[in-house]
Amino acid sequence: MLKRVYVWEFPVRWSHWILASSIAVMSITGYYIGNPFIPAASSNQYLMGWMRMIHLVAAAFFNCDILLRIYWAFAGNEYAGWKTFFPFSAQRLKELSGMLRFCLFLKKNPPAITGHDACSSLIYLLVYVLFIGQTITGFALFYLANPLFIWKLLGGWLFPLFSIQTVRLYHHFVMWVLIAFAIVHIYAVWVLDQARKDGSISSIFTGYKTIEEDED
Amino acid sequence: MKLLSDDALHEVSESMESLSRKGISRRDFMKFCSGMAALLALPASLVPRIAEAVSGKKPYLVWLEFQDCAGDTEALLRATKPAVADIIFDIFSVDYHETIMAPSGRQAEKSLQDVVKNNKGEYFVVVEGSIPMNDGGVYCCIGGRSAVDIAREVCGNALATIAVGNCAAYGGIPAALPNPTGAVSIKEAVPDAAVINLPGCPVNVENLTACIVHYLTFGSLPNTDKLGRPYFAYGKRIHDNCERRAHFDAGQFVRQWGDEGHRQGWCLYEMGCKGPATFHNCPVVKYNEGTSWPVQAGHGCIGCSEPNFWDTMSPFYRRLPEVPGFGVEKTADKIGIGMVSLTTAGIAVHAVANAVKKKKSGEDKETE
Ligand code: SF4
Repeated sequence: MLKRVYVWEFPVRWSHWILASSIAVMSITGYYIGNPFIPAASSNQYLMGWMRMIHLVAAAFFNCDILLRIYWAFAGNEYAGWKTFFPFSAQRLKELSGMLRFCLFLKKNPPAITGHDACSSLIYLLVYVLFIGQTITGFALFYLANPLFIWKLLGGWLFPLFSIQTVRLYHHFVMWVLIAFAIVHIYAVWVLDQARKDGSISSIFTGYKTIEEDED
Repeated sequence: MKLLSDDALHEVSESMESLSRKGISRRDFMKFCSGMAALLALPASLVPRIAEAVSGKKPYLVWLEFQDCAGDTEALLRATKPAVADIIFDIFSVDYHETIMAPSGRQAEKSLQDVVKNNKGEYFVVVEGSIPMNDGGVYCCIGGRSAVDIAREVCGNALATIAVGNCAAYGGIPAALPNPTGAVSIKEAVPDAAVINLPGCPVNVENLTACIVHYLTFGSLPNTDKLGRPYFAYGKRIHDNCERRAHFDAGQFVRQWGDEGHRQGWCLYEMGCKGPATFHNCPVVKYNEGTSWPVQAGHGCIGCSEPNFWDTMSPFYRRLPEVPGFGVEKTADKIGIGMVSLTTAGIAVHAVANAVKKKKSGEDKETE
């Protein structure tokens, strides 16, 4: 029997879309900051100024959103909880190998899972580590122009542990890693949506998945 | 209000007399003192105190050169206005300086020994150049003694050590990879010494003078940041005080040497300017008594006052360093775009395989 399950609560969906859009905005503006590909026509323009401004505002959204999502990992339902992101139990490792075999066409169907499967969980865990790395290096670079204690606390302490240029390179390079992740993410969701027929794609808009109920 | 005590007034006028014999007017002298106050971010009300201190008794000063290019010495000697130069040499009563001193050989070494022995804990040392530590320090010897040996004795007994230039402050070019001589900064070579770092290629003599004036006036060296650099000179980022900053914000960049933008004086960011990563007061104080500084002259900042700048700030004409392990000519963007394309290609392969498999299983079903 098919059943509609409320999987992604509002804060999860909200944080997903704010993350997605802020990352898109920050990638474009960030790329411009690193390589100003649009030349300004006159000195009266404020192109780089606006790009930096938009980048910083998007970063503020991004950071608040991460905080919200971390909070919700403790306050939300079982699908959103922090435990799903550490798939190291025997059962979940089995799930992981099932997912990998599915990806390599060694298995016809992916394991039936309602929330995050073990493979995605692991990737999201890594992506969150990258997110937090971007936040810290971002604050560190912000601190250079605004040497206030708060920015030092949030990222400025990286100097002189690492050179300024190393931090800049890291911050820039991880952008590409995240873009690659986004591409894989969209494709993977599409494939799983097709394979499971559980409405994975629409679930991030509505929150609901259609799940085959166990016959027991 | 009387700004100077009678004694001090007497001293100042005496010193003024000796200066005026050298052709320096009182006006020049006071201009110099107010300039120093401004540089140290002190209020104008302290100018008389500076004048008093500067015309008083001076501590001894010795200048040591190790693995260097003598660029800082050049900077010191190239003061273009004689009046200022005279005041500076009046402040630095230089007792030992290999490049400019009259005596040579044993005699020269003796004057150094005299200062160290007779004025223990009362003299300044200015160090220029890094100190090689490999193989017992044989790569730099003066008068038969290794640099590290001399540094330990001279800096260890000094009131304070001022490391001028990037080499003395952080190892500089000799310490760049692979650092064949094991070059280190003076602070690493003599950890016990009281060191203040004035990095830069070369040091700005104004900042060196200001440090000593600060000491003469307040009896202490100026406050420093984590890297041992005084805040008054290294507290602000080049990029935030740069005269080309308006072009940066507008989005007007030099794209090629000598292009229209370069002739218009636009921002050098795209040409690899490291101003956004460098802390120094070059845009404000400038070099050679306010004549110019690299960015004003049309060349990007290379970050010469940051630690390990030769390794971390290069390539000097690119925005970002190279990605380690990928060799030269591979920028972060090229590798990033490569990675994204590979991912996309991988996905395409997977998608095709997926479609083929589906079709097959569909056919299987039909035939069943
Ligand atoms: S020239 Fe360099 S320091 Fe000046 S605004 Fe441009 S990037 Fe900044």
